[in-house]
This record gives sequence, structure tokens and C-alpha cells, in this order.
Amino acid sequence: MALEDICGFKDTPVHRKLKKSGRNSGIPLQFFIPTLPNSVPFNPRPSLPFSPSNHSVTVSRPFPLSHGTTTLGFIFQGGVIAAADSRASAGGLVACPAVHKITPIHSHLVVTSSGSGADCMLWERILAREIRLYQLRHRRCLSICGTAKLLSFMLHPFKGTDVCVALTLCGWDKEVGPKLIYVCSDGARLNGDIFSVGSGSPYAYGVLDRELRWSLSKEEAISLAREAVFRATHRDAYSGNKVDIFHITAQGWSQRKREDLKEEYYRDMERRIMFT
Amino acid sequence: MEYLIGIQGPDFVLVAADNVAASSIIQMKHDYDKMFKLSEKILLLCVGEAGDTAQFAEYIQKNVQLYKMRNGYELSPSAAANFTRKNLADYLRSRTPYHVNLLLAGYDETDGPGLYYMDYLSSLAKAPFAAHGYGAYLTLSILDRHYRPDLTRDEAVDLLKKCVEELNKRFIMNLPSFTVRLIDKEGIHDLEKITSGAK
Repeated sequence: MALEDICGFKDTPVHRKLKKSGRNSGIPLQFFIPTLPNSVPFNPRPSLPFSPSNHSVTVSRPFPLSHGTTTLGFIFQGGVIAAADSRASAGGLVACPAVHKITPIHSHLVVTSSGSGADCMLWERILAREIRLYQLRHRRCLSICGTAKLLSFMLHPFKGTDVCVALTLCGWDKEVGPKLIYVCSDGARLNGDIFSVGSGSPYAYGVLDRELRWSLSKEEAISLAREAVFRATHRDAYSGNKVDIFHITAQGWSQRKREDLKEEYYRDMERRIMFT
Repeated sequence: MEYLIGIQGPDFVLVAADNVAASSIIQMKHDYDKMFKLSEKILLLCVGEAGDTAQFAEYIQKNVQLYKMRNGYELSPSAAANFTRKNLADYLRSRTPYHVNLLLAGYDETDGPGLYYMDYLSSLAKAPFAAHGYGAYLTLSILDRHYRPDLTRDEAVDLLKKCVEELNKRFIMNLPSFTVRLIDKEGIHDLEKITSGAK
């Protein structure tokens, strides 16, 4: 982006190769990741029986990509809560114990990411750029629904490739109020009140589905989010380390200080000792 | 895992779809609407690969609305169905085919009610009743047994409820609720959701 411009990097757009299919012709050029002329063309959906056999070679990865996560978001009377763990795993290795999986896009929108860490970082940056460009061109903020649709259409050309992003947009719309939208590189775009994504999500759903209520106070909601992430990190090997919690209201987002989940574990141990 | 059903009567079409949006083993949403309103009297029900469904259905929806804006009158259900099929067929042998199964239900002033069955290989058939999904294996025989061309609206809803009962009894997946809509010469009407009670 900025670095690309400064270096004067000239890209050959991938979309020229796709001209024949006609499907991608409506999408503006800047939504395609530039590749060098001699690189491998991507091979959409090679598994279907009637697609022509493409002689492209998939690049072999030096290590397994990071995928494990627990992220969650829910809407309650006091706004939107977004929570996530902070472990980036690559196969059985904890590649980084202190990753930021929740990224603010603008003052009233925060994105939780899961899937491949590199893809998420890139697409969050692309999304932030496109939202800012929209704001500059049209002199108003794009709605959360519009942001989700834009992201979904930008990811669509990469469906069938190895791009793996599952983002939850948590935000506050001036007109509509709190919004929570799940967008994934498969193409799914779901509007809802509660989403949890990642390898630890079933465990988080187990806690959230029982105890989430509209009428929770802000402190109760935050402690519920922390508990859900804690239980998921306890059981899921690929989630852990710390928990980040963001709270989004009409005034914008606010971030709590990162908490190490081992404190939560010791608190839980003490609670159990007290009851037995 | 998803289920669509349509039943055509003498002057109406009844359609229903389940409300689950799933991602591998998790139900991400319990109240997802799989019906897309193409015009005042045409509904498109769409299931299939995640992402392809909404993308394709919205593309058809916007094109049908564009036709109305350009020409001043709406596409008939038969024309809309054939347009949809043509699009599916065009992309079928491209590198990015759409993997979607569709039911198109509509009411035409001259031809009356119509139910069109389309699948991901872009076949098209006008049928008196149709279903998509694994649930179709269980319910098509019920429709074969009890369907009559002169069903009243209540009888059609009862037939639909029989099918849902069978799914709740024998289908391995839990489909807790179904959106039900009816199209007649007045337009599209929302009927009461069919729920199985167990939430």
C-alpha cells in the first residue's frame, strides 16, 4: 500500500487472466492482490469434476498455518462486547503468545479475526483502507452492513483458494444501533446477536448460550465474555495466553487492559476450593 | 443438511425453508431466512455452498429488479426461472460454477401459480411439488401420497406440517424451525413459523 507506492512497485493484475470467465469483471482492480508476472496463477476450486484441469502447482508451506483461536462477540443492552484470546499457533507450536486478534477499524467498528493470521492481518488493513477511502469520497461513514457486504465481495474472488479469514465485525451504526456481522472467506455473511468463531468456539458457545441475557449489566457482560474465553482456552489447545475485551457503544469502542488467563484459572481454583 | 419445500395449489404456492445457518458442526444462526424476494409475487429459495447462495440469489434478485426499472413491467415467474437457469448454465462450465439448489415460486396474472425446481447442474422443471436437501428423500413420498391439484390453503399447510413431522421423527439433523410463506394473486404472505417445540 503506502510502501508499494513509495517503491513505485508496478503490478500485473491477476484479473487479466480471469477476463474470460466474466464473473470478476465488475470488481475494481485494487481488490486483487498484485502478483509478479511469472508467479503461479491461483486455481479456484480444483476439486469440482467439471472444471478444466489447471496445471498450476500449489506452493508447499514450510510450516502449518496458524488457525486456532477463540473469538466471540455478542450484543446486549449496553452495546457490543468483543473478546478474543491471544495465542497464534502453527501446528503444535505456539508461534506467538501475545497476538492482537481484535483490531479497531474506525471509532465505532472493531473486527475480531480468526483463520490464517497473515490473511487476517492483510484483509483488516485492506478493509480499513477501503472504509477510509469511502469516507473521504462520500463524506459519510459506511454502515456496518455495507462494510460487511464490501468485505464479502472483496473476498469472493479468492473463494476456493487457500485464503482463510473469518471476521466478526462488531460495531455501532448511528442509525441502527449495535450490529454484529460474521464474514468469512467461504462467502458467508451472517447478521446476528451472538457469534463465536475458531477452534475454541464450541466451548465458548457452551458458556454463552446458557448465561447470555439482554439485560446484563456492563460488568456482568464483560465477566461473561472473559469466562467464555477462559473455558474455551482451558479445553482447546490452540487457544490461550491472554484475553482481550473490547466494549463498543454509541460513543465508540473502549478496550480493557489485557488479562492473563492464568489469573482467571487460579480464581476458578479458589472458587472450587471454597465450594468443596 | 438444509431443506426446502414447495407445494403448488390451484391459485397459490406454499413454500417453506429451514432456518439454520450452519458452519461445520455449529449452528451459527437459528433464524436465517433462505428466501429471497425477487418481485412482488416471486420468491427464490436458495440452498447450497456457503457464500454462493447469497451471492447468486442477490445477483438474480437485483437483475430482476433492474428489468422492472428498465422496462416498466415485471418479469413473469417463468421468465425469471429461465433467466436464473441460464445464468447457472453459463457459469456451470466456467472455472467458478455456483453450487446452489433453488426453488422459484411465483404467481402470474395469466398463467396462475408456478413452482420451478432448479439444481446446481442447471436443470429446470416446473413441478406441482418439490423439495431440496437430504430431507427431500424422506418427504417426497409423503407428497406423492397426499398431494392433490385442488388442495385448499389449509390442506396444503397440513401437508407441509406432515412433512416437517416426518423430518423431526427420522432426520438425523435437528431443524428446529421453518419459515413458511404463501404466494397468491394478492402477493407474498408470511405465515406462522413451524417450530418443533424443542429449542
